Amino acid sequence: MTGCLEARDLVFAYPGSNVPVIDGLSLAVGAEERVALHAPSGSGKTTLGRLLAGYLAPLAGEVLLDGAVLPRRGMCPIQLIGQHPELVCDPRMRMRDVLKEAGTPDEEVFDGLGIRREWLARYAHELSGGELQRFCIARALAARARFLIADEITTMLDAVSQAQLWRFILDKAAADGIGIVFVSHSPALVSRVATRVVALRASASASALFLSPRA
Amino acid sequence: MPELPAPVSQPTAPAPQAAAPVSQPTVPAPQAAAPASPSGAVLHSPLRRRLPNRRLALVLFVVMLSLLAAVVCAGIALAPTATATDFSQKNLSPGLGHLFGTDWMGRDMFARTTAGLATSVLVGLLAAGASACIALVLGMVAALGGKKADGVVLWLVDLVMGIPHILLILLISFALGKGFWGVAVGVALTHWTSLARVVRAEVIQCRQAPYVALARRLGRGPLDVAARHMLPAVLPQFLVGLILLFPHAILHEAAITFLGFGLPPELPAIGSILSEAVTYLSSGMWWLALLPGVALLAAVLLFDRAGACLRSLIDPYRAQE
Amino acid sequence: MAVSVETTHAPHQHDARREHHHHTHAHQSQHLGGHHLLQVEGLGIGFTMYDPGEPRFFKARQLFVPVIHDLHIAVHRGEIVAIVGASGSGKTLLADSIMGMFAPNAQVSGNIWYDGVKQDAASLAALRGSSIALVPQSISHLDPLMRVGRQVWGRGAGDKHARMARQRELFARYGLPEAAARLYPHELSGGMARRVLLCCALMDAPQLIIADEPTPGLDPALAQVALADFRDFADAGGGVLLITHDIELALSVADRVAIFNQGTVVEETSVASFASPHTLAHPFSKALWHALPEHGFVAQPVYGEEGAS
Repeated sequence: MTGCLEARDLVFAYPGSNVPVIDGLSLAVGAEERVALHAPSGSGKTTLGRLLAGYLAPLAGEVLLDGAVLPRRGMCPIQLIGQHPELVCDPRMRMRDVLKEAGTPDEEVFDGLGIRREWLARYAHELSGGELQRFCIARALAARARFLIADEITTMLDAVSQAQLWRFILDKAAADGIGIVFVSHSPALVSRVATRVVALRASASASALFLSPRA
Repeated sequence: MPELPAPVSQPTAPAPQAAAPVSQPTVPAPQAAAPASPSGAVLHSPLRRRLPNRRLALVLFVVMLSLLAAVVCAGIALAPTATATDFSQKNLSPGLGHLFGTDWMGRDMFARTTAGLATSVLVGLLAAGASACIALVLGMVAALGGKKADGVVLWLVDLVMGIPHILLILLISFALGKGFWGVAVGVALTHWTSLARVVRAEVIQCRQAPYVALARRLGRGPLDVAARHMLPAVLPQFLVGLILLFPHAILHEAAITFLGFGLPPELPAIGSILSEAVTYLSSGMWWLALLPGVALLAAVLLFDRAGACLRSLIDPYRAQE
Repeated sequence: MAVSVETTHAPHQHDARREHHHHTHAHQSQHLGGHHLLQVEGLGIGFTMYDPGEPRFFKARQLFVPVIHDLHIAVHRGEIVAIVGASGSGKTLLADSIMGMFAPNAQVSGNIWYDGVKQDAASLAALRGSSIALVPQSISHLDPLMRVGRQVWGRGAGDKHARMARQRELFARYGLPEAAARLYPHELSGGMARRVLLCCALMDAPQLIIADEPTPGLDPALAQVALADFRDFADAGGGVLLITHDIELALSVADRVAIFNQGTVVEETSVASFASPHTLAHPFSKALWHALPEHGFVAQPVYGEEGAS
C-alpha cells in the first residue's frame, strides 16, 4: 500500500447544534481505492467530505494521511471537488490565475479534460458549469493531490461530459496513484466507478437535520 | 380538418435524420448588431437602448470629472475678482457684463459663485477622502478583527447614524473653532458610516466565499488571500462609495456654512453666499440666491452622475448595463 | 414563409402521422380537441451583453448573444415531458418564457400555443398561476415568515373560505396533515416542503405544471415519491413539463424526453426510444445513450456541452 487516508472516530456537529452530524465515524481508504459513500440525503456525506479535506475541524477524532496528522498550513494533499464549481472560482480572476493558485497543470491534463486554451483568458461567469468543473479538476490535480474527494461532481452535467470527466479522473488516478472518495446519487455511476461502497449509518441526527431548512 | 401550412417559418430547423457531424456547434455565433429578424412573433425585447460599449461610459465619467476640475481651477483663478468690490457696479441684475449679476458691494457674483464652488469641492474632496479612509479601516477591522472589534465598530456606526448628520457636524465644527478645518473634520467624521457597512459586508461575504476556503486549502496564506481575493472584491464598491460621498459632503458643507457654523464669511463659499443673499431676497435681488443655488445643484448632480457612470463600469452586478 | 395570422393550433393530421411538430409520440399521448396542451414553436431567446471575449475592457461591444434558438416542444394531456440538458444551459429560461416572465435585456421570439390558442406576452402572464403553474426547486421559494397554509391559499379568484377549503382538500390528497397548514416553512421536512410547493402550484387547478429541477437534494427513494405525484397529476389529464439535468431520472418517470443541447431541443422522442441507440435519431442523443454509466460510459469527444457562454 503506497498511502492511506484514515479517519479515526470523527465527531462533528455544526455550531449551535447539539446533535452531531457525524458521530464516531472511522474510515480507511488506500491510494489504489475508489470508495463510494452511500447514505440517504442529509446524513452527512458532504460534511464528511469537508472534514476529510480539512475544510472543517472535527470536534473529536482525527484525519490521518500515512499515519500522520494533516498539516494545518500549506498545500493540503487531500483536495475536495464539489458540486458547484462556480462557487469555488473567484469571479474576479481569469481562469489562468485561478489555476495558477494551485500550480501549473500538465499539458496532458488540459487535453484529457477537454479544456480549450482560449478559456484560460476568461472569467468564471463566462464559462458554463461543465467547463468550470474541468478547471476545478485540473486545479486539484495541479495541487498534486494524493486523494480526491469528489462530492457529486458530475451531477449537473450531461451524460457525455460525465463520462469524459470520470474516465479522465480514473485514468489519472490509476497512473499517479491517487485515491478517490466520492459521492453520487446514481447507482449506475457508483457501480461503474467504485471499487468499494461504504454505507454511512444514518445517525439519529439525520432526521433532525432534515427538518431544518438548511439541511 | 384542412391541412394548413405550418405557422412558423423553419428555415434553420435541423432535420434530425440528417446526420450532422457531432463536432459541429449549432448555436449561431453572437452577432454584433441587433438580433437578426427573428422567426415567429416577438414576445419580448429589451426596453431601452443601452450604451454601445464601455468606452462611452468611461468618456462620460472623464468628461464629468474634468468639468469639475475646470470649475475648481476657474474658482482659484477668479478668487481675487471674487472679493474685489466696486461700488459703482452694485446691485446689477444678471447681464452680459456680469453673468450672475453683482451684490450690494458690487462684487461679481459669477466669480463669487465659481470661487465658492471651488472651495466647496475642495472641502468635499478632503472630507470625503478622509471619510472613505475611515470607512475602509473600520470596515476591515469589523470584518476581520473578531467578534469584539465587530461589535465596537457596529456600535460606533449606530451611534454616529443615530444623531442627525447636520447636528453632529455642527457640534464638531463648533468644537474645533469653525473655519475650514472645522467643517472638513466635521464632515469627515460623520460620513463614513454607510460606506464602512458596505466594506464590512463585502469583506465578510468574501471571507466566507468557498473560493477563499479553497485558496487556504491550496496553501495560500492569509495576507496572500487578502491581496488576491478580498481587495479586488472590495475595491469597486469602495471607489463607487467614495465618489457618491462627494455630493453629500458638499451639501453638508454648504448647509453648515449657511447656518453660520462653517467657513468664515470672508472665504467665498456657496453656503455663505446663500445666507447673505437671504436678507436681500425681499428687496427683489433673486439672482443672489437662485444662480449660486443652481450652480451648487449642478455640481452635486455632476458628481452623482460620475458616480453612476463609474458604477456601471465596475460594479459586477450592473456590469452588463 | 409568410408570418401566419392564425391564432388556433396548426392542426396537422395527428392520427395519421407518427411524427409531427418536430416530435414523435408516446403511446399515451392524448390530443383532446385535436391539439396539444402546450406547443412551443421556433422559440428564440437571446441577450444583449458586452463581448466577454474582448480583451480590451473598454472596447468591448454590446453583442446579441443567442442562448436558445429555434426550439420546438409540445406537451400533450396526460403525459410528462422531460427536458434534459446540462445545468446552466438555459432550460430555466425556457420555463420562464412559457410563464411569460422575461429578463429586461432579453429578446424573446417564437410562437407559443396553450390549449390550442396562440399566446402573446400578456396572455402568457395571465395564464401564469391559474392555467400554467410552476413547481420551483426548493423551499427557499416559500416566504419564511408566513404560515404555509396562507401561502397555499394565497390570493386569487374566489372567496377566502372556498380557497381554504381547496387547500385542505389538496393537503388531504397529498398526505399532509391538517396541522401542517399552521407551520412555518422551516418547520417542514424536505418531503413535506416539496408537497407544499406542489399544493401551491395546484391551488388554482392548472392544466399544465412546469417542474424546475424538483428532485436535487432528495435521495432516490424520496425522489421517486415526488415524481409519483406528478404521475398522478398527468394521469388525471394534466400535462407536466419536467426540467431536469438528470437523464436517468427523466427516463424513469417521463413519457417523452426532449434532449436539450447547444440551445435547442435536438430530439423530442418517447422514452421507449431510449431502449436502444438505433431508435434515437440525433447524433447527440446517441452519444448520450452511449455515455450513460449503465451502457458504455463512452466519452465520445463532443463539443463543450453548452457552447456559447
